[in-house]
Amino acid sequence: MTAERKKTRPIKVQPEMGRRQFMVRVGTLAGVSTVVAGGGLWLHGDEPVRHRAVEVLTLKDFRVPANGLYPVMAVVHGENVETMVREAVQKLGGLARFIHKGDRVLLKPNVGWDRQPQQAANTGPELVAAMARLCQEAGAAAVWVTDVSLNDPGRCFARSGIEAAALQANAQVMIPGKEDFLATDMGGTVLRVWPVNRLFHAVDKVINLPIVKHHSLSGCTLSMKNWYGVLGGRRNQLHQDIHTSIVDLAAAVRPTLTVMDAVRVLKHNGPTGGSLDDVQKENTVIASLDEVALDSYCLNYLALRPEQIPFLAMAEKRGLGQVRWQNLNISETQVS
Amino acid sequence: MKITLPGLRSIRRLYALFFLALFFFLLIIADFRRMQGFNVRLFLELDPLVAIGGLLTSQTLYKGMIFSVIMVVLTLFFGRFFCSWMCPLGIMNQIVGLGAGGLRPSQRQGLNAYRKIFRFKYHVLVVFLVVAAWGGLQVGLLDPIALVFRSMVVSVLPAVDGVMGLGIYPNGPVFHGGLVVAVVFLAVLLANRYLPRFWCRVVCPLGALLGVLSRWSVFGIQRDVEKCTGCNKCLLSCQGGCEPNGAWRPSECHLCMNCLEHCPEGALHYGLPKKGSSVHQPLDFHRRRLLETAVGSVVLFPVMRHSVSATTVDFPMLIRPPGSLTEEDFAKRCIKCAACMRVCPTHVLQPALLEGGFEGLWTPMLINRMGYCEHHCVLCGLACPTGAIRRLSVDEKIGRPPFVEPIRLGTAFFDRGRCLPWAMDIPCIVCEEVCPTSPKAIWYRPITITNRDGHAVTLKQPFVKPDLCIGCGICENKCPVGGKAAIRVSSVGESRSSTNRMLLTTHPGTPFSG
Repeated sequence: MTAERKKTRPIKVQPEMGRRQFMVRVGTLAGVSTVVAGGGLWLHGDEPVRHRAVEVLTLKDFRVPANGLYPVMAVVHGENVETMVREAVQKLGGLARFIHKGDRVLLKPNVGWDRQPQQAANTGPELVAAMARLCQEAGAAAVWVTDVSLNDPGRCFARSGIEAAALQANAQVMIPGKEDFLATDMGGTVLRVWPVNRLFHAVDKVINLPIVKHHSLSGCTLSMKNWYGVLGGRRNQLHQDIHTSIVDLAAAVRPTLTVMDAVRVLKHNGPTGGSLDDVQKENTVIASLDEVALDSYCLNYLALRPEQIPFLAMAEKRGLGQVRWQNLNISETQVS
Repeated sequence: MKITLPGLRSIRRLYALFFLALFFFLLIIADFRRMQGFNVRLFLELDPLVAIGGLLTSQTLYKGMIFSVIMVVLTLFFGRFFCSWMCPLGIMNQIVGLGAGGLRPSQRQGLNAYRKIFRFKYHVLVVFLVVAAWGGLQVGLLDPIALVFRSMVVSVLPAVDGVMGLGIYPNGPVFHGGLVVAVVFLAVLLANRYLPRFWCRVVCPLGALLGVLSRWSVFGIQRDVEKCTGCNKCLLSCQGGCEPNGAWRPSECHLCMNCLEHCPEGALHYGLPKKGSSVHQPLDFHRRRLLETAVGSVVLFPVMRHSVSATTVDFPMLIRPPGSLTEEDFAKRCIKCAACMRVCPTHVLQPALLEGGFEGLWTPMLINRMGYCEHHCVLCGLACPTGAIRRLSVDEKIGRPPFVEPIRLGTAFFDRGRCLPWAMDIPCIVCEEVCPTSPKAIWYRPITITNRDGHAVTLKQPFVKPDLCIGCGICENKCPVGGKAAIRVSSVGESRSSTNRMLLTTHPGTPFSG
C-alpha cells in the first residue's frame, strides 16, 4: 500500500535552502523579534491602562466692564414680554453694551421640568425668544439655548415651549447628552471638579434667564440657583449643602447679563409646581448685573426676607453682589 | 550523517514535568505565610495572549507582562513548543490523553490525524482579539493559563485540600459557583478521551496565537522523503495532529517530539531542512470564514456596552478588591484568573457569576458573609498579573501619610429592622468592636429605654459615619444576626468610581467622565 501511495501522490520536497536564504529567513525573524521586543519595551509601563490626561478646564468670566452711567438693575412692569425685555435691556445701556458683533451667545433659561408655560416651573418661552431676537439684532454670530433638565430633557424643551420659541427666533437649541460634559474646576468651597455642559466653554457671552420660584429646600430658586443647570453628574448631592453650593456656582459662573422672568411666579410647591393655583401673575421683567441684588429684590414676590435665605449673605461676603438692593442705582418703569 | 536527536522527547518530558511542578509550586505557595518573594504571577505574565489582549484594550504592557515578549520571540524561531513543554493545561491534557495508549495503532493514528475542525481555534482567537480591539477583555474565559489557574484556585485545590487535608488553604474556603468552574475544567480534560488534545487542537486561543507565530519558524520537524516508508507510526502519539507523516503543519505542531522516537527509519528530525526534506503546509484557515467571524465579532463590544453590566451601571452589590481600577478600566484588564482569590486570606474574594453582568463572569468580588477585607492586607494587588487590581502599599490602602484618603470599597449601612439594639432592645455593638479604622467609622449613642417588661434598659445604638467607613465588610461578616446581616456594605462611595457616590464633600475632586 505504501508503495502504491508513493506512486500516486507526487512527493514534494522543499527547495534546498542555501546559506543566503537561511540568512534572509533568520534575519527577517530577528527583525520581527526586534520589533516585538522594542514595541514591548516601548509599550511597557507601570500604569495598567494608558489614559489621555483629562484636561480640567475653568470657566471664563463672561462679564463686561462696569459702567456707572447706567443703573445696575432695571425693573419693568407691563403686559407684553418682548416690550418689557427690550425696555429693561435698554435701561441698562442697550444690548450693544453686552453683545458685540460676532459674539457667540448662550442663553440659559430654566428648563428643568416637564411643565407647560402657564405652570411657571420653567422660564417663559416669550422671554427666551425675545432675548434671542435681541442678540441677533446686536449681531451675535450664534445664539444657543441650553439647560440640564431634571425631567426628560426632550419633553422639558418641547413642553416648556422653549425649543419652539428658540428655533423660531433663529436660535439653536442644545439638549446636552452624556458626552456633552467637560471636567471643570469650579474652584468652590464644596464644588471642586464637576462635569460642566461643554457649551459654556465654547461661547463668548452667557445670559442667565431664570424665573422666580418657590423652592422647598433653599426657600427660593432665582438667578444664582439657576446655575445648577450647568452641571451634569450627581448634582442632587449639592442638596447636602445647598447654600454653599449655590454661592460656589454663582462665583464660578459670572454671566454677562441676567434677565429675570417674574411674569408668572410660582408661589408654592416649588420648584415643580404643577397646579395653576400655585401661580400668580406679577407681569414683571428684571434685567440685572448684580445677581445678589436681583435675587434679594425678587424675594418680595415670595413673601420672604433676605435673612431667611442664607445664601444671599454668604454671596455678599464672597463679593458677588449686594443684598441691600435699595442702596443701588435701580430703575423701575412701566410699559404698556 | 544522522542528525536525529534521540534525546529530544526526554528533554521535552523533563521540561514538561518541571513546568508543571513549578506551576503547582507557585500556586501552593501563593498565600500570606509562604509567598515570600516568589513571582506567583509568572505563568500569566509569560502568556502572550493575555499580553496582546491587554495591549489592545489598554495600550500598555503592564509590568511583568513584558515577559511574554520572550515567549513570542522563542516561538517565532522554534515553533509552538509552549503547548507541550510549558503550558500546565496542555501538559495535563497530554497526561489525561495517555489513556489512548490502550487503543490499536490504527485507531491511534486515526485520532492523531489532522482534521478541519482544528481551524475552529483561529475563530476563537479572532473573536477575542476583535472584542479586545474595541476595548473589551474577555480572553480570560478561554485563555488556558487563566482557565487552569481559575479552575485550580476555586474548584480543584479547595476540593482536594478538603478531602486530603493538605493545608493548602488554611481556612478551608468555599467558592461561589466553584462547581461551574470545575465542570468546565473536567469537560476540558475529559474531551481528551474523545479526541486527544481536543482543547489544544480545537479550542485554545493561545494555541492559535502561537500557531500563527510559528508559521515562519526556522526550525521544524523535517521528514526525509527518501527514508520515509509511509508507515505512519509517527502518528501514534502525535500531540498536535500536525501531519509529520506528510506535509508537516508548523502551526499545529507542539514539538512534542514523539514522532522522532516512533519513526523506525530515522526519517524525521527537528531542525533545518535538508536535501530531500518534505514540504511544509501553511496555516490552514478559510479566509472568508475567518473574515466573517471577525466582522460578526465587531458587533459584540457595542452590544456589551449597551447591556446592563457593571461597566454600564453602578451595581450596588458588586464590591471590587482594594486598588481595583474604575469598572471600565477593570474590564479592560481583568482576565478572570482568580489569582487574587488564591491569596485572599479571608476568602472574601469570590468569582462573580452574573453579579457584574455577563461581562463580569468570574471576575473577583467581595462577599462579606464569606470573609472581609483584612485592613492591612494588600496581597490581591500583588498577585494580580494585569494591574486590574493595582499594587498598593499598606499606607496607601489605609490612608496613612503621605496618603490622605484610604481606599474605600463601599459604605456600610445599618438595617435597623434587624439590628439587635435598634429593633429588639438587646445590647450588641459587635460591629463597633471590630471596625478597624481609627477613629472608628461605627459609633453609638447610649439611650435608656423602657423595655416590654417595664424595666429601664440602657442600649448603645450604632451608626455609621460614612466619611470614615472604608467598606471593608468586617462588620457585616461578624454581625451576630445570621442569614442577612443587620449591617451590610454596598458599593456606593467606592474610591475607584467618580459616579457611584453619595457625599458631596468627602471625596476630593476628580475628573468626571460625564
